[in-house]
Amino acid sequence: MIEASNLTKDYGDKRAVDGLTFTVQPGVVTGFLGPNGSGKSTTMRLILGLDAPKSGDATVNGRHYRDHPAPLHEVGALLEARSVHTGRSAYNHLLALAQTHGIPKRRVNEMIDLVGLHDVAHKRSGQFSLGMGQRLGIAAALIGDPKTVLLDEPVNGLDPEGIHWIRNLLKGLAADGKTVFVSSHLMSEMALTADHLIVIGRGKLIADTSVEDFVAHASQKVVLVRSPDLARLQETLAGPGVSFETAERGALEVLGLTPEQVGDAAAAAGIALHELTPQQASLEEAFMHLTKDELEFGAQLEEVVA
Amino acid sequence: MTAATPAASRVPQLEHTGRVTFPRVLLSEWTKFRSVRSTAWTLAVGILLTVLFPVLFATVTSSHWGQMSPQDRANRSPLDIALAGVNVAQLAIAVLGVLVITAEYSTGSIRSTFTAVPKRLPVLWAKLLDYAVVSFVVMVPAVLISFFASQAILSRHDILQVSFTAPGIARCVIGGALYTTMVGIFALALGAIVRNTAGGIAVFAGIFFVLPPLMFTLPQSWNNAISQYLPSDAGRQIFALQHGQHTLTPLAGGLVFAGYCAAAIVVAAYLLHRRDV
Repeated sequence: MIEASNLTKDYGDKRAVDGLTFTVQPGVVTGFLGPNGSGKSTTMRLILGLDAPKSGDATVNGRHYRDHPAPLHEVGALLEARSVHTGRSAYNHLLALAQTHGIPKRRVNEMIDLVGLHDVAHKRSGQFSLGMGQRLGIAAALIGDPKTVLLDEPVNGLDPEGIHWIRNLLKGLAADGKTVFVSSHLMSEMALTADHLIVIGRGKLIADTSVEDFVAHASQKVVLVRSPDLARLQETLAGPGVSFETAERGALEVLGLTPEQVGDAAAAAGIALHELTPQQASLEEAFMHLTKDELEFGAQLEEVVA
Repeated sequence: MTAATPAASRVPQLEHTGRVTFPRVLLSEWTKFRSVRSTAWTLAVGILLTVLFPVLFATVTSSHWGQMSPQDRANRSPLDIALAGVNVAQLAIAVLGVLVITAEYSTGSIRSTFTAVPKRLPVLWAKLLDYAVVSFVVMVPAVLISFFASQAILSRHDILQVSFTAPGIARCVIGGALYTTMVGIFALALGAIVRNTAGGIAVFAGIFFVLPPLMFTLPQSWNNAISQYLPSDAGRQIFALQHGQHTLTPLAGGLVFAGYCAAAIVVAAYLLHRRDV
């Protein structure tokens, strides 16, 4: 179990994490979703005690990470940034980690086989592809058979086969009762892997919900309307849970209302409609809609969609 | 390169649950130390420089002895020749000392290291101890070889002979190894403070190679009073046979240098504990 309460972190003038409070439960895969630069990696570093929070607190299995006598048995972490000496072999990297806890060499070999790096275990890890580096990172995360697993963008650089493997691995860990906290900037990936979602943007919590609810919310109808008097239509339709997006000229996307509701409201107000088309929002669109206001740079939008 | 073997999707359990202890961190750091190429290379360079210079000087001195003035001959000391390499080799030892910690930052492996040992300080103690033992164990034979090899070369002309058991000689020779070891410790602490390879080496070079000559720009009396307390000058007394009016004794010099090392370690430990990784 991971508990963050009011976690806040500044880098210079920039607030990277802003009052985050959430709990990650054991037995399920919890997706940590947010656009690039939204503070996911920082949050993970705060949980691991690599960075100190400005204020607030993060604990793992009831204690600060630093206070665990055997941290690798509590938490296994794959960080986004490379965390391996490029001149050291995968075997020696894992061995050095294992030795800090007196974990036997047998386990090192077991992990190398698990992630499929057997043939390259004694080569310098600097020669590894991104995907192989990820596999090594996953081996390092699992070496202590931890109760909690924290993976930052684990599918980065993996081929389709590798992505499939990691999904099953994460589900298997959750089925074993472990706490699995995995970040991604891809909603579609999370929808396939995660049971629960924690969504952040600009360091702030946006949503803490089950994937089921998120999908249900996301697949609500979006209605495209065309009218000569869009401004008045928008005024008429405005209400709690209703939002608008300007589509092409003279058209408006209405979220949160059914086509019937839109049509009836327009008729009641005497507004002419030239088009009324129900549309299906994809998960990715729903995620973008959710985090749109929190995005710092328009360019990042493309990464989210990619 | 591609990963050829298929990966399993179920994580095997681990019965064993050990906790982090200092001996374990020490072993882990030793594994890291011996498993990168820079270690062997830099140590080899250190040994080579330690031995090469005395052999060269002894050879040149032997061949020129006949043409040298009595004044020149009197200025030659067998110990200076035997330990001529130490001043050069210290740079290799210092570079490796800096690298032991800064390479972790440049490659990012420090994040793995501090995830495994989140209390952090045991990592610093383990690195210092591992490196101190290694550099001493490597440098003792190097200075012994330097001494006996240079003596053997000089003995062919029967010049500048001195016994290892003569007063102060053994202390100076072993002192050469002790000094380089302390240099390595000092450099490692600097590396932990600066966290950058180039920066760490630059700071070390500044303190050991730039600061001492700068002292000559001071008035003579100031230079005399201050220079002896510089890390380099104080430390060098450990392997100096003769001591002037403005140099410390071997013990005092060694203690002053040890004080600098301790101060650097304290600052490094404080920063390591406090700073974000």
